[in-house]
Amino acid sequence: MASGELASKTIHELQALLRQKTISPLEILEDLLARIERFNPSLHPYLHVDPERLRLQLNDVSKRTGALAGIPITIKDNICITGEETSCASRILQGFRPPYDATVIERLRAQGAVFIPRANMDEFAFGSSTENSAFGVTRNPWDAERVPGGSSGGSAASVAADLAIAALGSDTGGSIRQPASFCGLVGLKPTYGRVSRYGLIAFASSLDQIGPLAKDVQDAAILLSVIAGHDPKDSTSAPVPVEECVASLKGVVKGLRIGVPSFTQEGLDPDVRHAIEEAVRVFERLGLKTERVELPHISHSVATYYIIATAEASSNLARYDGVQYGFRAAGDGGDGALLNMYLRTRTEGFGAESKRRILLGTYVLSQGYYDAYYLKGMKVRTLIKQDFDQAFQHCDVIVMPTAPSVAFRIGEKLSDPLQMYLSDIYTISANLAGIPALSMPCGFSKDQLPIGMQLLAAPFKEDFLLRVAHAYEQATEWHQRKPVLKGKT
Amino acid sequence: MGLSLSPVSCLLSLNGHMSYEPVIGLEVHLQLRTATKLFCGCSTKFGAPPNSQTCPVCLGLPGVLPVLNERALEWGIKAALAFDCEITTRMKFDRKQYFYPDLPKNYQISQYDQPLCQHGHLDIEVNAQTKRIGITRIHLEEDAGKLLHEASQTESFVDLNRTGVPLLEIVSEPDLRSSDEAYQYLVELKAILQYLEVSTCNMEEGSLRCDTNVSLRKSDAEAFGTKVEVKNLNSFKAVKQALEYEIARQAVLLDRGERIVQETRLWDAKGQTTESMRSKEGAADYRYFPEPDLVPFVLDHSLIEQVRATLPELPQSRRTRFQEQYQLSAYDAQVLTQDRTLGELFEGALQAGAKPKPIANWIMGDLLGYLNAKGLEPEAVKLRPEWLAHLVELIDRGTISGKMAKDLFAQMLERGIDPVQLVQEGGWQQIVDVTALERLADDVLQANAKSVEDYHSGKVTALTHLMGQAMKLSKGKANPKHMTEILQRKLKENNSAREVRP
Repeated sequence: MASGELASKTIHELQALLRQKTISPLEILEDLLARIERFNPSLHPYLHVDPERLRLQLNDVSKRTGALAGIPITIKDNICITGEETSCASRILQGFRPPYDATVIERLRAQGAVFIPRANMDEFAFGSSTENSAFGVTRNPWDAERVPGGSSGGSAASVAADLAIAALGSDTGGSIRQPASFCGLVGLKPTYGRVSRYGLIAFASSLDQIGPLAKDVQDAAILLSVIAGHDPKDSTSAPVPVEECVASLKGVVKGLRIGVPSFTQEGLDPDVRHAIEEAVRVFERLGLKTERVELPHISHSVATYYIIATAEASSNLARYDGVQYGFRAAGDGGDGALLNMYLRTRTEGFGAESKRRILLGTYVLSQGYYDAYYLKGMKVRTLIKQDFDQAFQHCDVIVMPTAPSVAFRIGEKLSDPLQMYLSDIYTISANLAGIPALSMPCGFSKDQLPIGMQLLAAPFKEDFLLRVAHAYEQATEWHQRKPVLKGKT
Repeated sequence: MGLSLSPVSCLLSLNGHMSYEPVIGLEVHLQLRTATKLFCGCSTKFGAPPNSQTCPVCLGLPGVLPVLNERALEWGIKAALAFDCEITTRMKFDRKQYFYPDLPKNYQISQYDQPLCQHGHLDIEVNAQTKRIGITRIHLEEDAGKLLHEASQTESFVDLNRTGVPLLEIVSEPDLRSSDEAYQYLVELKAILQYLEVSTCNMEEGSLRCDTNVSLRKSDAEAFGTKVEVKNLNSFKAVKQALEYEIARQAVLLDRGERIVQETRLWDAKGQTTESMRSKEGAADYRYFPEPDLVPFVLDHSLIEQVRATLPELPQSRRTRFQEQYQLSAYDAQVLTQDRTLGELFEGALQAGAKPKPIANWIMGDLLGYLNAKGLEPEAVKLRPEWLAHLVELIDRGTISGKMAKDLFAQMLERGIDPVQLVQEGGWQQIVDVTALERLADDVLQANAKSVEDYHSGKVTALTHLMGQAMKLSKGKANPKHMTEILQRKLKENNSAREVRP
């Protein structure tokens, strides 16, 4: 095999080769390691790579059996793996090694998967560009001057650049889908409760979900089928059986209804608008019917999200205080020593965006403001969810853009956090409503940057999503294009 | 500022001015003795080495999630039913947020606006009258860890074993009007909870903790005065003493026309005073919001009925029944029901054939005496109810004397053995064999000629002396009744013999 050939393959392709015994797991890993060595320094999707430690995983007998036997899966830096540094790309958790596996890791492990940890991210998942990482930005493989998206930027960039076979990310307001869109990948946010959150370092408890970033729809389905399912350790995990995700890919799509929302957002890039319109035509040619759907409250999504998510985040991040684990600022003893230690640890340990969100969230929950903000936000959230319930009476899958634009330049949106927040407009509502949503490539801009299309479905209807996405993928070739990388010579 | 006045002297000096009515509320935190913690599977056992009963969940490590302990919920419902509360239909938890090293997540999972239950009550006896004390609410929450400051001058240590242990917080209405009533409330509360077997109710071990709120108002006033919270109360007695001190302290201030500062004070058991805690700026804002990691659920009616079916007979009902069924006095019934074990011992012994009065006496006298001397709780001794019945039977049959029974009783408790078996082991049986007793009597009379003379010259105490000698000679085993009869008879015979002699 030529160098980089195995690294460029999908899970299902590698599964076939492994079954035929044409290749070994070690060859797959070595091919990836070679590419990582070459391109990680400039692209920086991984915060740290320890090749020897990775190779040692293959010594484990359990890596020889299971659906994913010997296949490396890249893991975002906020998902706990026993003994592996998991820092959420933050100084305050630098060096933290969890003594336990996240449930998704347990399930992947049971299928023989190998883990490549430390995919870069925005610190604590706060961001849409991976620029908020405390340990350096990740670059978009399609254009190194641009962001890969966020917060799962490392997961997306590594897969798009073939420094990974497939990856897990997390999505609270679009953090899987938007990077998938910016990097030309399939990214799936499952229904809230579909995948266990146990071991996912929490951002917003009522919004977070773990999901796959993959080179094609089939890989996304394979990963979902392994990680999904009820977990007794997660009280919010749904006791709903997981359908045969992979088998349902080949199902009939003719006659399914595509919902097209009637709202238009200002600031939607014309290239993106055009690509979505073209995609709808592809669906029509495939025999799907289009319906207009109304989502009257969707314009309140961003405000609602930034109240609820920051409130929950401020509470979830309270535990990072230097007492038990992670970074602790050197104290100066004396009176007020405890408060001093708390303040200095959190001031020095958290980045600017983390502090911003903690402050917002604390304010929103404070006495006198709870009713006006948090409680009100939860009520509007119900209205948004009801919009989708209504819409799915008239269609099976809703289509809309994933992001208002293609990948923006590094540094372009940093000066105005609100601008950054507003770019989440299309993805956020799926998290608020708890519905499954998927992004997949549907075209390229004039500058040859990937454009993502978002598909949404009713709760627990991932099979519709995957089936429709697969049909579109089979009818198009966007997913076959790969970026050309400039790396170490 | 500290007033170094003793409560008693305060009261005396206020005799002329005592027109204030205390208004008291009690807040009790009760550890549930479930096998595992409220949100994880760690053990709740008291006294383990520091940080040996922890897991990622109760340590609040990044990424963990809570899962509700169903047994804790059931026992919470049990308590709710025992105090006649209205149980919520919709169960939800809230985060109470504050920073402290014994609280690893820097929030406590508790219940804020929709507690487990509300509007209950318990009854106490005040001046032979029944007074109903309202219970405002009961809710479930997780306990925090412990800080240890004594081991080092420069560092404090954190033990997180206790983090996550299930607590019931029981808040009374401010219906109590004296330190006595407060004490009664706590005694009755503990008795009920102990009957439910949901907690060890032990203030020394910290499984029962109590804070109090007290304010004063003029006897004819409607509005409440400014209340002061008192913490660091380590026993029911301390609660009573602290309230007495605080009532007196506030009365003195009010008499002087000064304002009461709304604050938290700590009870100093050594100095017998309350001291102000370093004041905090303003009331804490706990930023309560619904716990997003726990899904609210409807409390199924069938679950509540299931729990109701497991309720035992409660102290008050048992008290009434004991008086009616066994003709016990109100006092005896009270003593026998203050602890569930005592009542069970009592009835168990009756079932084994004994009569109420003697069993009641043994329990109230000797058993409680033994327990108090050793500082033990009734559950601590291995005493089976039949053994009490056997003991009384042994006395009735004359196998042992009443006095011997007292020693036998102590042995029975120490060694945890049926008294019948102990007697069989030997050495306990009374000497009832007439021949043996006759011989003993002869020996005693022969050895104590002077006493015999004294007896005949009319000194009645001589018989007592002779009895004493007889008991000594028989190593306490002579049946006193028989012995006395035999001695008296022999003395009479002796006398007649003497009279007959010319």
